[in-house]
Amino acid sequence: MTEFLRWARYHWQRLTGGTNRDDDERPYNYSSLLACGGKTSQTPKVAGRHRVVVPHLRPFKDEYEKFSGTYVNNRIRTTKYTLLNFVPRNLFEQFHRAANLYFLFLAVLNWVPLVEAFQKEITMLPLVVVLTIIAIKDGLEDYRKYKIDKQINNLVTKVYSRKEKKYVDQCWKDVAVGDFIRLSCNEVIPADMVLLFSTDPDKICHIETSGLDGESNLKQRQVVRGYAEQDSEVDPEKFSSKIECESPNNDLSRFRGYLEHSNKERVGLSKENLLLRGCTIRNTEAVVGIVVYAGHETKAMLNNSGPRYKRSKLERRANTDVLWCVLLLFVMCLTGALGHGIWLSKYENIIFFNIPEPDGHVISPVLAGFYMFWTMIILLQVLIPISLYVSIEIVKLGQIYFIQSDVDFYNEKMDSTVQCRALNITEDLGQIQYLFSDKTGTLTENKMVFRRCSVAGFDYCHEENARRLDSYQEAVSEDEDSADTPSGPVSTTARPRAPSCRTVPNGPLGSKPWSPLGGSGEGASEVPRSRQAAFSSPMETDVVPDTRLLDKFSQITPQLFTPLEEPVPNPPLEILYIVDFFIALAICNTVVVSAPNQPRQKIGLSSLSGMPIKSLEEIKNLFQRLSVRRSSSPSLASGKEPTSGVPNAFVSRLSLFSRMKLASPVEEEASPTSESPQGSSGTSPCPTEVARPNGDPGLMGGQVGPCPGQPSAAPLCYEAESPDEAALVYAARAYRCTLQSRSPEQLVVDFAALGPLTFQLLHILPFDSVRKRMSVVVRHPLSNQVVVYTKGADSVIMELLSVASPDGASREKQQMIIREKTQKHLDDYARRGLRTLCIAKKVMSDTEYEEWLRNHFLAETSIDHREELLLESAMRLENKLTLLGATGIEDRLQEGVPESIEALQRAGIKIWMLTGDKQETAVNIAYACKLLEPDDKLFILNTQSKDACEMLMSTILKELREKNPASNVRTSVSEGLPQPPATQGSGLRAGLIITGKTLEFALQESLQGPFLELTACCQAVICCRATPLQKSEVVKLVRSHLRVMTLAIGDGANDVSMIQVADVGIGISGQEGMQAVMASDFAISQFKHLGKLLLVHGHWCYARLANMILYFFYKNVAYVNLLFWYQFFCGFSGTSMTDYWVLILFNLLFTSAPPVIYGVLEKDVSAETLMQLPELYKRGQKSEAYLPLTFWITLLDAFYQSLVCFFMPYYTYQGSDIDIFTFGNPLNTAALFIIILHLVIESKSLVHIPSSPGIPVPISSSEGSASGQTDARGEN
Amino acid sequence: MTWSAAARGAHQPDNTAFTQQRLPAWQPLLSASIALPLFFCAGLAFIGLGLGLFYSSNGIKELEYDYTGTAGPGGCSACALADRGRAPPPPCWCAWHFSLPELFPGPVYLYYELTNFYQNNRRYSVSRDDAQLSGLPSALRHPANECAPYQRRASGLPIAPCGAIANSLFNDSFSLWHQRRAGGPYVEVPLDRTGIAWWTDCHVKFRNPPPVNGSLALAFHGTAPPPNWPRPVYALSPDPNNTGFVNQDFVVWMRTAALPTFRKLYARIRQGNYSAGLPRGSYAVNITYNYPVRAFGGRKLVVLSNISWMGGKNPFLGIAYLAVGSLCILVGFVMLVVYIRYQDQNDEDEDEE
Repeated sequence: MTEFLRWARYHWQRLTGGTNRDDDERPYNYSSLLACGGKTSQTPKVAGRHRVVVPHLRPFKDEYEKFSGTYVNNRIRTTKYTLLNFVPRNLFEQFHRAANLYFLFLAVLNWVPLVEAFQKEITMLPLVVVLTIIAIKDGLEDYRKYKIDKQINNLVTKVYSRKEKKYVDQCWKDVAVGDFIRLSCNEVIPADMVLLFSTDPDKICHIETSGLDGESNLKQRQVVRGYAEQDSEVDPEKFSSKIECESPNNDLSRFRGYLEHSNKERVGLSKENLLLRGCTIRNTEAVVGIVVYAGHETKAMLNNSGPRYKRSKLERRANTDVLWCVLLLFVMCLTGALGHGIWLSKYENIIFFNIPEPDGHVISPVLAGFYMFWTMIILLQVLIPISLYVSIEIVKLGQIYFIQSDVDFYNEKMDSTVQCRALNITEDLGQIQYLFSDKTGTLTENKMVFRRCSVAGFDYCHEENARRLDSYQEAVSEDEDSADTPSGPVSTTARPRAPSCRTVPNGPLGSKPWSPLGGSGEGASEVPRSRQAAFSSPMETDVVPDTRLLDKFSQITPQLFTPLEEPVPNPPLEILYIVDFFIALAICNTVVVSAPNQPRQKIGLSSLSGMPIKSLEEIKNLFQRLSVRRSSSPSLASGKEPTSGVPNAFVSRLSLFSRMKLASPVEEEASPTSESPQGSSGTSPCPTEVARPNGDPGLMGGQVGPCPGQPSAAPLCYEAESPDEAALVYAARAYRCTLQSRSPEQLVVDFAALGPLTFQLLHILPFDSVRKRMSVVVRHPLSNQVVVYTKGADSVIMELLSVASPDGASREKQQMIIREKTQKHLDDYARRGLRTLCIAKKVMSDTEYEEWLRNHFLAETSIDHREELLLESAMRLENKLTLLGATGIEDRLQEGVPESIEALQRAGIKIWMLTGDKQETAVNIAYACKLLEPDDKLFILNTQSKDACEMLMSTILKELREKNPASNVRTSVSEGLPQPPATQGSGLRAGLIITGKTLEFALQESLQGPFLELTACCQAVICCRATPLQKSEVVKLVRSHLRVMTLAIGDGANDVSMIQVADVGIGISGQEGMQAVMASDFAISQFKHLGKLLLVHGHWCYARLANMILYFFYKNVAYVNLLFWYQFFCGFSGTSMTDYWVLILFNLLFTSAPPVIYGVLEKDVSAETLMQLPELYKRGQKSEAYLPLTFWITLLDAFYQSLVCFFMPYYTYQGSDIDIFTFGNPLNTAALFIIILHLVIESKSLVHIPSSPGIPVPISSSEGSASGQTDARGEN
Repeated sequence: MTWSAAARGAHQPDNTAFTQQRLPAWQPLLSASIALPLFFCAGLAFIGLGLGLFYSSNGIKELEYDYTGTAGPGGCSACALADRGRAPPPPCWCAWHFSLPELFPGPVYLYYELTNFYQNNRRYSVSRDDAQLSGLPSALRHPANECAPYQRRASGLPIAPCGAIANSLFNDSFSLWHQRRAGGPYVEVPLDRTGIAWWTDCHVKFRNPPPVNGSLALAFHGTAPPPNWPRPVYALSPDPNNTGFVNQDFVVWMRTAALPTFRKLYARIRQGNYSAGLPRGSYAVNITYNYPVRAFGGRKLVVLSNISWMGGKNPFLGIAYLAVGSLCILVGFVMLVVYIRYQDQNDEDEDEE
């Protein structure tokens, strides 16, 4: 509400104030109109979603108070309680539990004198104990959080202080929205801020987001446009702009807003400008930003939702049985009430029995019966297991402890083991019936290896490369990170033409844990070890060029490009294609080229000259900086301003000079972190970087001969958002088309034959899963044309290719041929299980581009519905493409996947593979991982219309019914709920393959029935080309319609929705970041761990907990019934034959520990057996340990045992002079003894704790007689 | 907040037997060779135990007489008729004559038994004040609320002992007479009225209030006896050590019975000539018939019994053991047959239940 008022006031002022506001209002209106379909009055809706940020400095104080004064500051408090409110709040939270409320009700009831059964205070005891235990647990947890909060709140950062006119240290908690913050390299960002200044010459800043999403690669952030041009550091005093952005939300990948300068000029803000709290500044010396979201409103905090709370199937089952227990209690109390009434009516006037009230009158039997009902509820309260929920929680903690400490789940490479993020669904792991798996990164390693490519219709199969990879598979599996693998015999022998110096970049790159901070030291230890491995293992980075293709490369000369408009014969055209193809590989991506050892510093001419050199010391420093930079990323400078050769030459000469002068200290400074024996230049066969002609493009042509691989001689590191991109860039590098640097404005590609090409980067249209492609728009340095390079899924690209090429018939024809051939190659790649991508380009005229850019700009600056607009804009750009070629990237299966899948299938789990890949790739992987057997019958659903889909499904179903008459296909469609299929032991195995488009039809309501019926008959279902949304819909459909337990496993952001929908979500902490893990209930590091997780731990957890819960019911019913039977002999008067304390402590003390120990430690079958016989898992799937019938049998058993326990002593002591407690004690003892012994009989393994008798004993072959015997013994 | 979690050390779990759930465990397979002998042994042991119990129970002698009002010698029926009148019933005397052909071995206990008397009725059984009974002077003057409506008299005087249990104190009395030979004189058999209550009861739980001026009666001054009592609590017995709250009849009565049919110990016979038991001859139990039971359909019995190591006469336990023992052996045989029949088929069949 306040926000709305603020917003309204703000807009009112703007309406009354400015005159030139029409222009800048436009994008805003445009966007909102577009999306809201012309709704005019939408102000209130918009109001809640925006915030205005003005600097937190005195000149704007009034304004600040107005707009930003009420935003929360950066202090965080993740604790739930404070010292003051702990008791009331904790109690309030605890009484949300029905069970606690019930016991509170009982305690209160006992304070009513008429129905009082126990001493008043005693009834409260169990409740108090349970509440106290939970309160202590909550309190400790909260205290831990408090300590962490305090630590974080007191971290120090530099905030601009107007008083002191400089940045001063302040605690994080004192940072407010609107503050200016200056951060240095390796500092953690204290709040979400908009980047206003970066020391980086390209005005970008790198951040590491692993603290936030776990993604190990660095992300680039850009200074807000308009500030990027300023070279001097932004002066907070002069900052007079306003920032308007969305209200805080938890979408990490979105930030929309604009910055309004004092002259009402607006600059759009996107997530590229936002530094997120919790990330670390890397590779950038210093940045300045203004805080827009602080404290709890930061995206990081909003994403921090804490552990998930799911209710397991078993618990739901138990809850219904608790209700049954309540009903049972009700019946027993009613019996007591009726009995008492009847009994009393016999002796209505006998004051022995019907003791009058204190005032002397005698209550009627009916009323007495009514009172007795409530008394009985108090008396028999033990029937409802108060400690059940507490015990379940404790048991699950124990189970999780054991799951997490299972050494089999430990992955040494990643130093990670299984994480249980959801604390209360361990037993669901034992009941999984359907498994939905992602393919990439889950079944496969997500280590993309470039395998083949097809350029201009020619397939280059890279046989040497394939051979190299084969040998890797053996060598690497043991020692993938080993330092000498790349330079070992494999790599040298397999590359006849590759000069040996090419190993130089790969050596330190792939093998050594480089620190991105170099000598700066601090914080280096925090860098996760896995970082250096991200997409850059030697296996992925080394590509052995195809000889045929290399031959063609030799034809590339710069002259090819000079007469651009001349009609060229066919072979050169192919060469042009090749060039374009590799340029596209190198630049059509968002790969960050990072210089491993230093914060990026580009010394442009301006900064160099603008730097006042004061002392000798500074000159030396300058040289050092220059040289270090050059040794790390040699050609950053070379590409900066290609037109101005002189400064470049100057810089390179300068660096040459510095190198010669200061060579040794530089090397020392650069290399300590990379302890490689072959330092960056020392032992290299081509050590002389000095000799490298990287300054002038004109010199390049003639000098590549002796050492062609030279350009990549520096340890360039590519950090890509997806491994495919990295694989392609590395592939391009193998052909000496090396991406040298990337900045927001330009790209430098070192093309062997052509020299360094500097592409002016005009635009990037990033990849998204809707478009399934990405594009870069660059100005080609040779032709000076605007070129769009597009890379994307083949299905998408093929549709976007130009139909009518303006270049004439021959070219068109050639395109057609290329297209056909490429398509053939693509199909071939897919059959081999390769991931395919198409590369295409488009040449635009400047005017076309201008026009497009204008529209695109509108889309970018709009706040609302930006996504739709951007999509539309992208569509306008990416059309009429010319196909260049295609690539095939291999994604190898993870180790142990086929075995796991086989075991899981034997365990009766239906496995569905949901992937975005194309059909052939998916099927191939499915075969490879044994999801499909070679003799399986495959049904492929790939239709273009709903009717066709329906037809096809019914034919397949018919066929299946004929072939499999005995099996379970009987389920009729009309029921709508096909039964979960019994797995066909013999008979035919079938696999179903369905494509994304057809899946859309199948997911429609009318076809859901047949679809599910069909899938029920199939061993494996493969959904290819599925979007993330479809994945989750499939899971939802199966889960809700078949009422089965589902498990979804995935590793990437596209699996998040599926993971969240499934009963159990498992994230693989792989290379695609932590988003899947964040959304998951359990996180594992490799798919093969799933086998043990489900088959062993799932089975155990389920069996343990199910038996424990049943045991709880058993023991309570058995015990309470003793009391109940006694009522028949005391006139249903509510007497208990034991002391109240015994009753109350029965659950809390006497029988609490054994079931908990049982629930944590019981092993019905050993782990080895469970792994060997996955079939044992089916017991959990069918919930056999705990069926509704089991519950009733347990109750009957309890009734029987209580009868024995009661009537044995009863007949023994009948007619004797026994008094109440003397009678009750042996009875109680016997019952306790038998109840504990029952657990011993239930448990199937007896753990020896050295020097003390273990807990349990074996299952007895006749439980009944065993308990009968103990009864008899108990009586003495 | 992972960035604050400092050390990224080894996350490798400990590889110990405990964490890996590899603790040595006994997972016995109950094969026939274990289960069958187990069953037979258990069966035999139970039968042995059962036989022992059965015979020792049979060895116990017990004589009981229902004097509620059945017609017959002794005239208790007349008293029963008088019982119908309102309380306090007129004193009435009757007797139970019996003869022992042989020695009734000692020690002999005299019980009275009441049936259908729900001493375990909750409101009845809580109607007492343990503080008062333990001799606390303040509780003597201010009985607990649980005692209501027997907390205070209408006059406002506190009742001591308060409560329904005390109020309903069993007040029949018995005396045993022995006639050595027919026609001979009846000699009174000495009944030991002490030592019939639990030691802890009459020494810990039940204490008299401290006497005032050496007189117990003065200590109870200002209290009233329960409504049904003809005399105050300090006059329950002439024996100064057995009167007041520690009167053993009272203490025995206050220990509420577990079941509606119950016995309470009245006296022990262990003195003089009767220490070895009751010699043969004729006996008469003279009963002072005060206690009204017919209103609630109860019965009164007087019981003479001796005891053995296993307590009073009760054949049930022996029979139960015999039955369970036989059952074990029977099941054992059935399993043996099954085992022999299917031995060669599959071993696992027998192991499973």
